[in-house]
Amino acid sequence: MPRIRDIAQVCKSKNAGPFDVTIDVMFAEEEVFRKVQGSGVLRPELFAALYGVRPEEVLLTVYEPGRAFKATLPRLLPAGEIGDTDVYGAQQHAPLLDVEIPI
Amino acid sequence: MREYRLVSTSGILGYGYPEACLNAAMERGVDMIGCDGGSSDPGPYYLGSGKPFVSLRAMRRDLRLMLIAAIRHKVPLVIGTAGGAGGEPHLQLVAQMVRDIARDEGLHFKMALIHAEQSQDRVLRFVREGRSRPLGRMAPLEEETVRRATRIVGLCGPEPYMRALGEGAQVILGGRSSDPAPFAACAMSAQLPPAPSWYAGKMLECGALPAWPKGPDCLHVTVREDGVTCEPMGDKRCTPISVANHSLHENSSPVRHVEPGGVLDTSDCVFEQVSHKATRVSGMRWTPADDYTVKLEAAEFVGHRAVSFAGTRDPILIPQVDHFFGLVRELVRGKADDLDIAPEDYRLTIHTYGRDGVMGAREPVRNARPHELGFLIDVVAKEPDIAQAVIALSRTSMLHSDFPGRLCKEGNMAIPFSPSDLAAGEVFRFSMNHVVLPEDPCELFPIEHEAV
Repeated sequence: MPRIRDIAQVCKSKNAGPFDVTIDVMFAEEEVFRKVQGSGVLRPELFAALYGVRPEEVLLTVYEPGRAFKATLPRLLPAGEIGDTDVYGAQQHAPLLDVEIPI
Repeated sequence: MREYRLVSTSGILGYGYPEACLNAAMERGVDMIGCDGGSSDPGPYYLGSGKPFVSLRAMRRDLRLMLIAAIRHKVPLVIGTAGGAGGEPHLQLVAQMVRDIARDEGLHFKMALIHAEQSQDRVLRFVREGRSRPLGRMAPLEEETVRRATRIVGLCGPEPYMRALGEGAQVILGGRSSDPAPFAACAMSAQLPPAPSWYAGKMLECGALPAWPKGPDCLHVTVREDGVTCEPMGDKRCTPISVANHSLHENSSPVRHVEPGGVLDTSDCVFEQVSHKATRVSGMRWTPADDYTVKLEAAEFVGHRAVSFAGTRDPILIPQVDHFFGLVRELVRGKADDLDIAPEDYRLTIHTYGRDGVMGAREPVRNARPHELGFLIDVVAKEPDIAQAVIALSRTSMLHSDFPGRLCKEGNMAIPFSPSDLAAGEVFRFSMNHVVLPEDPCELFPIEHEAV
């Protein structure tokens, strides 16, 4: 079964303001994007499980013009707080890479 | 049809751009030159300290070429969030740089400064009058939070920029602003509608980021009443997918962009390749908000930081490193007490690289068996000398603490440099994520004109 890292063109994370992190997954081909959408794997519950938040804290947008999925969720700590590990939020995407998509 | 042409040189003033790309934009024809000057992304230190996060040398280089081009071609030069965080010291830093360049180059123009730093008294008035609202998961704004803030800025909308333009300014430096607002303001001042004007701002706020492949370039955007056309000036390309995907950048939603005064909705946008390098976007919508809101950002002082770095290659220590941290903390606590330093006077954090240094508690891999680990030892204390004392105790405790089964009796850590402890300066935290409701969009952003 292919994993996100096998089929995505881009998989990245970044701050969406100092209090949230946003994770984007994009696909180069329309057909792959449709299949991933059809698989129903990329949904709030998945991100909630991967990042230890509640599903209702995940804002998931399926963005067809960009063949992309976007999930925005609370940062573990606000950017720059004592104990924060990633001020820019740029290295929080990795758990998604190994998610398997049944397509 | 009415049109307005804008060029953005780079994502942040001081990040650099090829001079040839700016020249190409000027030859193509532009009605304004702009660049976003800052961001909250580098963290709260810059807002709190009043310092920039790019070098002055880089900022001056970017600014000089833009200023010369703008004056020569008689078009406005507009910089938002000047100096990185857009507080008063940041704005004054860039203003002085503009004056110095103008003097050196023999340039003369009208300049406007838009101030965005907010006094505690002004923000307290909003709190007391019930004209503040929390965003996201924040609690309502409390007076104590306002009083603890080292620096507060409001995110300026387009209206003060439009006023400054209308009053004849050619160079406009804004304090903290909504990133697209300075660009949107220029297009709206030319009677273009809000929807394509804001969309253009969204594209321009990060320089050539909507173009692929990623790299230094300048972005040229033409705004018409029914849409915008994006084209990089160097060897990059704007494609429907590259432009569409820029709507994902650093925001919570790619289709709903909340701005001062309204919401830009891009859910029905249509993207068309109109030349090898240019893509046209149409179908964006602007919905004015019932209440005009200004977002506040604030930094409050936390303490002084000192750090040290160390690594271990010991296979007996690595599996019990959490237990070891406990021993280290206990030792540090006791020795700090001997120096009259109480536990509440400092915070000791140990980031463990090779295990969970990047994701912390969110790291899903918990069964890895690394052969080496790196430790960033971080102390934040209320005074610099306490931070220095506690980092020294922490480093020696990491180096020399005994642990069960220890064979490496001369030291547990490889320390890569001397001196091993580094003072890292003041520490701040972001303390506000709130909006206030002014009676007028320009109320919080006084404009000051000067002849340069």
